[in-house]
Amino acid sequence: MNIVVCIKQVPDAESVKWDHKTGTLIRDGVKSVINPFDYHAIEAALTLKDKLGAKVTAVTMGPPQAQDAIREAMSLGVDEGVVVSDRAFAGADTLATTYTLAQAIGKLDSVDAVFCGKQAIDGDTAQVGPGLAVRLGFPCVTYVGGMDIINDGKGLRLKRMTEQGYDIVEVEFPVVLTVLSCLNTPRVPSLKGKMRAKKAQIPMWSAEDIGAEPDKIGLAGSPTKVHSTYIPKFEAKREFLEGDPEEQAEALVQRLKEAGII
Amino acid sequence: MANVNYFLTEEQQMIVDLARQIAREKIIPVRAELDEKEEFPWDIMKDLAQADLFGLYIPEEYGGFGGGCFENCLAVEQLAYGCIAVTTTFAASALGGYPIVMYGSDEQKKKYLPEIASGEKLAAFGLTEAGAGSDAAAIKTTAVEDGDYWVLNGTKQWITSGGEAEIYTIIALTDKNKGPRGASAFIVEKGDEGFSFGKKEKKMGLRASATRELIFNDCRIPKDRLLGRRGLGFIIAMKTLDLARPGIGAIGVGLSQAALDESVNYARQRVQFGQPIISFQAIQHMLADMATQIEAARALVYAVARTIDSGEKDISKISAMAKLFPTDVAMKVTTDAVQILGGYGYMKEYPVEKMMRDAKILQIYEGTNQIQRNVIGQALNKEYARK
Ligand SMILES: Cc1cc2nc3c(=O)[nH]c(=O)nc-3n(C[C@H](O)[C@H](O)[C@H](O)COP(=O)(O)OP(=O)(O)OC[C@H]3O[C@@H](n4cnc5c(N)ncnc54)[C@H](O)[C@@H]3O)c2cc1C
Ligand SMILES: Cc1cc2nc3c(=O)[nH]c(=O)nc-3n(C[C@H](O)[C@H](O)[C@H](O)COP(=O)(O)OP(=O)(O)OC[C@H]3O[C@@H](n4cnc5c(N)ncnc54)[C@H](O)[C@@H]3O)c2cc1C
Repeated sequence: MNIVVCIKQVPDAESVKWDHKTGTLIRDGVKSVINPFDYHAIEAALTLKDKLGAKVTAVTMGPPQAQDAIREAMSLGVDEGVVVSDRAFAGADTLATTYTLAQAIGKLDSVDAVFCGKQAIDGDTAQVGPGLAVRLGFPCVTYVGGMDIINDGKGLRLKRMTEQGYDIVEVEFPVVLTVLSCLNTPRVPSLKGKMRAKKAQIPMWSAEDIGAEPDKIGLAGSPTKVHSTYIPKFEAKREFLEGDPEEQAEALVQRLKEAGII
Repeated sequence: MANVNYFLTEEQQMIVDLARQIAREKIIPVRAELDEKEEFPWDIMKDLAQADLFGLYIPEEYGGFGGGCFENCLAVEQLAYGCIAVTTTFAASALGGYPIVMYGSDEQKKKYLPEIASGEKLAAFGLTEAGAGSDAAAIKTTAVEDGDYWVLNGTKQWITSGGEAEIYTIIALTDKNKGPRGASAFIVEKGDEGFSFGKKEKKMGLRASATRELIFNDCRIPKDRLLGRRGLGFIIAMKTLDLARPGIGAIGVGLSQAALDESVNYARQRVQFGQPIISFQAIQHMLADMATQIEAARALVYAVARTIDSGEKDISKISAMAKLFPTDVAMKVTTDAVQILGGYGYMKEYPVEKMMRDAKILQIYEGTNQIQRNVIGQALNKEYARK
């Protein structure tokens, strides 16, 4: 079984600066760490590895320093890692990021499962997992808060957390999952893992290495423009309709027409 | 500002980083609760196992890391920064494992060391009895040969990880009249016929560590559980303690460092008479003494541990020094930490009262600090007689 974990390096300090001209983060001089949710993605992959036996590969798109993230993942028990890195990737939005990651994953031996974090704490879109699933042609289960192996290791029973509760979803491999922190408690690194990680040669794949088309990567492949970011407000209006059932039905139809729903 | 450079290798630095991470992420958040509930720290033992730390001192061919006394000291110092009850539980497994590393047959090593190295099973060391503390030679537990078996009878007292550990190194009398050659060491497994556990102690400190009686009631174990040769029991016990004592010193260093960190941080923010209390010279001098003594203790522990790892044989004196000084420092530093935090230091909301309660054990177990002074004094007497 081959498992991929997508990990992203994110700025550590909350005091990251924003370049208002380009609408991008200024990352220079800020210490980078693995996106907190991605530790849970790593743990989920390693749990499957422990139970079913698997090779786990960590993939990250980022600058060359992102190999620190790969080394840390390896110290936890991930077998191998790749940094997908090229100046041409700079300025990628989620469309370009998922294209780039999908191209890289396509180079690996037949992949059975891809684990992502729920979202990156800097980009926050939560789009990379689902976008990747579309590109790979795999089913996607998001917001995974529980995971059991079923069908003799051929599939998973997952708890997909929603705002109201949760759904129980069963899937067969291959699959893309995005995971929540309530799924598991990440393990600590091991001494052997740390030593192996320190010595490991981490491959760096360029745009050319993954056979990426130039107009699909980086800024060129990124139609998204960030104008502002905010937390959407959900407001629901409530109104009690009076009268007997017929009057109520009429009033309801009236309201729906006014709202342009029917 | 420069810190003392101990010139650690890359691997040693990795051990430090790993143990520190475990102390910060896994131990500190739960230590007060473990202390309050007197709960055995199984979850943390699993983390330490996952981290490969139980195998630090065990040769690579038996699944360990192949390190020495120094690597073990580096690890326990960092863990003790978090909690010494947890660290003692970890270290007790090494105390049970050292005799097998030093005196085990190849079969015994193959059978027990991989399980201890992986952390799958905890080990423990049983010497002390109700009537035999400092005077270890006064033990009464006996082991009698019976065909293909040894039969043990007696009760060990205050054995760390008693009941929780699976593998016990036990010192018992085999020839009452042979004095120092009268005891032997045995490996006893949890579940062996006639082996049970007595009362679990309630303690002033070190409360997350289990301290319990081991009861041998016609406990029959196969012949091949004898460690080394018959008659080596006391020698095995002394060699084990010689090797382990710098580790207790290192625990003292880690605990003291934690108390100092709490003290400086508190003194910088606590305002009385319109100024942070660290501006009072009385407080500054206390902190200065604490910091200086801790560094001296650390330097001593590291130097002794490295000397031991260089293959030096007659280590009783230096090993006693590496236990004595850092643990006396730990008692003083943790007491002063409570003083610096004042009434808040006496309250359970702050960690220093636990540190002070815990520190006391370091001057008592693995040979009281009076006994360490005896060892050092007797060594001096011998040394100077030769000159
Ligand atoms: C216009 C625009 C310009 C941008 N310019 C830049 C830029 O110049 N430099 C820059 O670094 N970012 C830039 N970004 C941000 C970047 O595009 C997104 O951060 C990225 O696409 C991932 O989206 P996200 O952070 O929202 O991840 P999410 O979708 O929230 O992440 C979910 C999960 O996907 C996986 N994942 C996400 N990103 C990666 C990755 N890179 N490698 C591997 N796994 C990953 C992780 O498992 C993560 O937990 C830009 C964004 C926009 C919209
Ligand atoms: C929490 C805890 C965990 C322990 N874990 C273990 C374990 O895992 N395995 C194990 O075998 N034992 C263990 N012990 C036992 C421990 O090693 C003994 O308590 C210790 O050796 C002291 O023995 P004692 O308590 O009987 O004190 P005693 O020997 O009765 O000493 C009482 C006092 O007299 C002093 N004294 C005694 N003799 C002399 C002398 N000749 N010169 C000067 N002063 C002297 C001592 O220093 C002490 O101050 C543990 C003890 C505790 C409290």
